[in-house]
Amino acid sequence: MVFLSSPRQIDLTVNGQKYSGRAEPRTLLSYFLRDELGLTGTHIGCIVGKCGACTVILNGKAVKSCLLFASQAEGSEILTVEGLAKGSQLHPIQEAFWEHHGLQCGYCTPGMLMATYDLLKRNPNPSEAEIREGITGNLCMCTGYVNIVKAVKAAAEKMASSPKIGSGELTRRAGKRKSASRPSS
Amino acid sequence: MIPRPFELHSPDTISEAISLLKSKKDSKILAGGQSLVPLMKLRLVSPANLVDLRRIPGLSYIKEAKGHLLIGSMTTHNEVATSSLVNKKCMTLSETASQIGDQQVRNRGTIGGTICHADPAGDIPAAAVALDAELKVAGPRRRRVIKAKDFFEDILTTSLRREEILTEVKVPVLPPKSGGAYLKLGRGASDLATVGVAAVITLDKAGACKDARLGLAGVGSTPIRATRAEDVLKGQKLSDGLVAEAGEKASEMSNPSSDIRGSAEYKREMVKVYVRRAIGQSLRRI
Repeated sequence: MVFLSSPRQIDLTVNGQKYSGRAEPRTLLSYFLRDELGLTGTHIGCIVGKCGACTVILNGKAVKSCLLFASQAEGSEILTVEGLAKGSQLHPIQEAFWEHHGLQCGYCTPGMLMATYDLLKRNPNPSEAEIREGITGNLCMCTGYVNIVKAVKAAAEKMASSPKIGSGELTRRAGKRKSASRPSS
Repeated sequence: MIPRPFELHSPDTISEAISLLKSKKDSKILAGGQSLVPLMKLRLVSPANLVDLRRIPGLSYIKEAKGHLLIGSMTTHNEVATSSLVNKKCMTLSETASQIGDQQVRNRGTIGGTICHADPAGDIPAAAVALDAELKVAGPRRRRVIKAKDFFEDILTTSLRREEILTEVKVPVLPPKSGGAYLKLGRGASDLATVGVAAVITLDKAGACKDARLGLAGVGSTPIRATRAEDVLKGQKLSDGLVAEAGEKASEMSNPSSDIRGSAEYKREMVKVYVRRAIGQSLRRI
C-alpha cells in the first residue's frame, strides 16, 4: 500500500528570524533548512548521522539535523552557522578557526563550529580531552583535528575575555530580530 | 538519503498513541529517532506510519521513590548522564548514558527508545539487565511490568507487543557499600559497543562481596547477564585471581559474532579484560 504523505506547513525560528516552509513528513530538518529555507550553511555529509556536518542548535541543544524530521522542529528555535556572525563581524569561534586554520576543505566546518558553540556553552574552559570528547560527533577527514582542537581552545579564551559574547547571546539576538516570513514556493 | 514516504502522527496522550498503533498496522513508535531515522534513511525499515511520542506530556522525568529511580521513557541520554540524582544513586547508569553515541545523539536519543530498539551492542540494554531494571509498559487493555531479563528476546526483538508503549524505566538504587561502572570498548567516536560491561559490586560489613551484577553488551544476540561470573564473586573476599576468574566465566557465557567491530575471538578476549576492569573500577568507587 502506498501512503502519499502530504506536505504540511512548518513554522519555526531560525537565527532569530521567523520562517515558514512546507515539508513532507519524511523531509529531514537538514534538507528543510537547505532546500526550503535556502540556508545552505548547514552541510549534509553522511547518510547515517555519524559525521555531524549538519549539526545545528535546536532549542539550545546541539543536534544532528539529519536525524530528525522537519515537522518535529515545528515551533522550535534553531541556530545555524549563518547565525553566528553579526554582519561582517565573525563570531569568536569563527575567528579562532580562521586564525588557527581549523579546517582544510571546510566541509565539516559548519558542524564543527556549532558543536564548538554547544561545547563552550556547557563548558567555557574545556581541557584538550574535553574538547576532543565534545567534538566526537563531528568528523573531519582532512585536518587530523590538531588545529581544530587549537581553534576551540583559542575560541574559549576569546570568549572568556569578551564577556558580552556569552551563552546568553542566542536569546538576546532572537529578541531583537524582526520577524519576516519567507514566502513558501 | 531520504526515507520512503510515511504519515507522521503526533498524539497528545498515551491512549491516543495506543489507538494509533492498533488501527495503523504498519507503524513504528518514534522516540528520539537516533537509531530509527538512520534505518529509515537507509531504507532498511520503511514503516507507513510513525507515532511520535514527543508531544505526550509527562514521559520525561527522573525521580526517586522507595529505593528506586523512576525514569520516564522519553528522558534523553544526556538528561540521565548529567542528573546528579542518577550519579549519586546509580553510578552504573549515569556512566552508561554518558558513553552513548556523541553529544548530539545524547541530546535526542532516549532511554526508552534505546531499550525498545534492543540493539545487542547498545549500552543501556546491558546496564538494564545488570541493574535488574523493571520496564513499565502501557497497552490497550492494561499496564504491565516487564523485567529487563525477560524483555530482550533476540537481535532488535523484545517481548513488547506491537501496540504497547514503554513508559517508565525503574531501577533499584544501589545499596550501601556499592560501586558501579560501565566500561566500553568502541571503535573510536560515537559507535556502539564492541564490548561493553555494566557492573555493580556490593560488599558486606566484613568487606567480602555481598552481591555482584554484570551485564555484557555487544557479545550476543541480546545483552547478557553474566550470572556465572557473578557466582564466582559472591560471598568471597575479592582477589585479583577471583576477578580474573569472573572475567573467564563471563567470556564463556558470551557468544559474539565476528563483524566490522572485531572477530568473535577478539571480543571474547576483550570480555575478560573489560569485566576485570569494570569490577576493579566498581570496587574503587565503594
